[in-house]
Amino acid sequence: MSKGKISREDIHHIADLAYLYIDDEQAEKLASDLSEIIGYVEKLNELSTENVEPMMHAVPMKNVLREDKVKPSLTQEEALQGAPLHDGKYFLVPKILEVD
Amino acid sequence: MTEQWWRRDASEISVLVKNKEVSPVEVVQSFLEHINEVESKVNAFTQVWSDYAIQQAKSLEKKIVKDNSSVGALVGVPVSIKEVICTQEGFTTCASKILAGYQSPYDATVVEKLRQADAIFIGKVNMDEFAMGSSTENSSIKLTRNPWNLKCVPGGSSGGSAASVSAEECVISLGSDTGGSIRQPASFCGCVGLKPTYGKVSRYGLVAFASSLDQIGPLSKNVMDSALTLSVIAGKDSRDTTSVDLPQVDYAEKIRKGKKPSPIRIGLPKEYFTEDLNKEVKEQVMTAIQTLEKQGAELVEVSLPHTEFAIATYYIICTAEASANLARFDGVRYGFRHPDSNNIIEMYKRTRSEGFGPEVQRRILLGTYVLSSGYYDAYYLKAQKVRKLITQDFENAFQKCDVIIGPTSPTPAFRFGEKTQNPLEMYLSDIYTISVNLAALPAISVPCGLSQNSLPVGLQFIGKHFDEEYLLSVAHLYEMNREQKLGSPPLK
Repeated sequence: MSKGKISREDIHHIADLAYLYIDDEQAEKLASDLSEIIGYVEKLNELSTENVEPMMHAVPMKNVLREDKVKPSLTQEEALQGAPLHDGKYFLVPKILEVD
Repeated sequence: MTEQWWRRDASEISVLVKNKEVSPVEVVQSFLEHINEVESKVNAFTQVWSDYAIQQAKSLEKKIVKDNSSVGALVGVPVSIKEVICTQEGFTTCASKILAGYQSPYDATVVEKLRQADAIFIGKVNMDEFAMGSSTENSSIKLTRNPWNLKCVPGGSSGGSAASVSAEECVISLGSDTGGSIRQPASFCGCVGLKPTYGKVSRYGLVAFASSLDQIGPLSKNVMDSALTLSVIAGKDSRDTTSVDLPQVDYAEKIRKGKKPSPIRIGLPKEYFTEDLNKEVKEQVMTAIQTLEKQGAELVEVSLPHTEFAIATYYIICTAEASANLARFDGVRYGFRHPDSNNIIEMYKRTRSEGFGPEVQRRILLGTYVLSSGYYDAYYLKAQKVRKLITQDFENAFQKCDVIIGPTSPTPAFRFGEKTQNPLEMYLSDIYTISVNLAALPAISVPCGLSQNSLPVGLQFIGKHFDEEYLLSVAHLYEMNREQKLGSPPLK
């Protein structure tokens, strides 16, 4: 990928990373939308930020700890209730491993 | 004719219900009748919980008859909840196809707290899908209209919240604000919208969009009702480690009993009052500032020099965080799954491509791009550094003033379709609200008049970190002395 201008191929590559299907027609439009947005955000390069600490958190906090105690949480049944497919114990998904 | 309880605010209703001057059942019925009358024009609700609302009111009535001394601060007050906040009742869809029919197994902390305060849940309201948008046009469910002009958008992403309060279909609505999503629709629909300081309100049960920016807050008819609600929903929650432990404050009581805030040094950022600002908006904002001057406020010019970089910074940080947060929607644990796939990768891809709308996919792709190998430093790290500079701008400005005031949005509500073709143009309409989220500050939008086309204009007050008490007291002082009269939305 080249920085700044986003091509149709770039869109297909990042769509793969993001697990999205994008057809060629959509890729064309997205390449133009994203190039425009990236072109705009590159405005940040006008600023020198060499000695600036990045703001990693909105409110400074360190090591939020709690006691390691078991508390009530969702039951297995509740955790499964929203799943499109389950067998009462596990989430069911299509085959992951190909068998020869 | 029965009393039109839907015209009342939360302060009135809670007192009348507590004192047994009106039954909560009668209050709820009045609201349901009003919803029946106006909802087909406004389309604010995605779910109206008529039976559930009556059922809550009936059990509340029993509680009051037994002992009215122990009832909560929002007793009998009908509230609506944005589709992005988890409720065990009904559905939590984020206005997305990918969560159509999803029922949350738990309540968000804010919902638990409203329930403990004896509020009545009347339904859920529309939004831009996953809170991504500024007009509510990105909802996969329906189009919500602005009660002041049905040809105009209600703003977004909490457009359903703002429209439901403005059309008086409920008294208070909970929305969420990542880059202005409470304040901008409040401004467009002529109601009050408060974004608390980041960490003030638990985000547990708020479906995450950009975790370092998201915050839940109230939309209401007036400042007092937002103050009342904030006292109920604020507080440390062990289930959200970014929530902050601070003493409980009864903000409404503080406003009622408190002295007039003094001093009031109002910071006017010179970057907010430029050529780009719509003339009518500027006029209304300047009149409002004069009102505060008459109340003893002193005006100070301040500078927020990195304002022009805020939108670029925001769209890197929010899309990066969104691309990570939305990875969980893969058709395995909840919501929609594409029915025909031969293997798991195909299932993920088909589910996500069909389940997410165009703006959400655009942002996921942009976020994936800025985080992808070789680009992290150039975009995400850079944006975090500029975020620091933007935050420092506010710290410097607050050395010279106590509150910053300006417009909430550069224009009044726009028409449907006006900005949907160009995503960047839609993003630019959030210029005044976005910096506040980046700096994690509290801010409130209060109506300050109407444009020539009778569309509301909002005034934004920005406060110091965790100083909601002062922010609310100044906003309330303005509201009490406001010279511009808004009246009721025509629903036409």
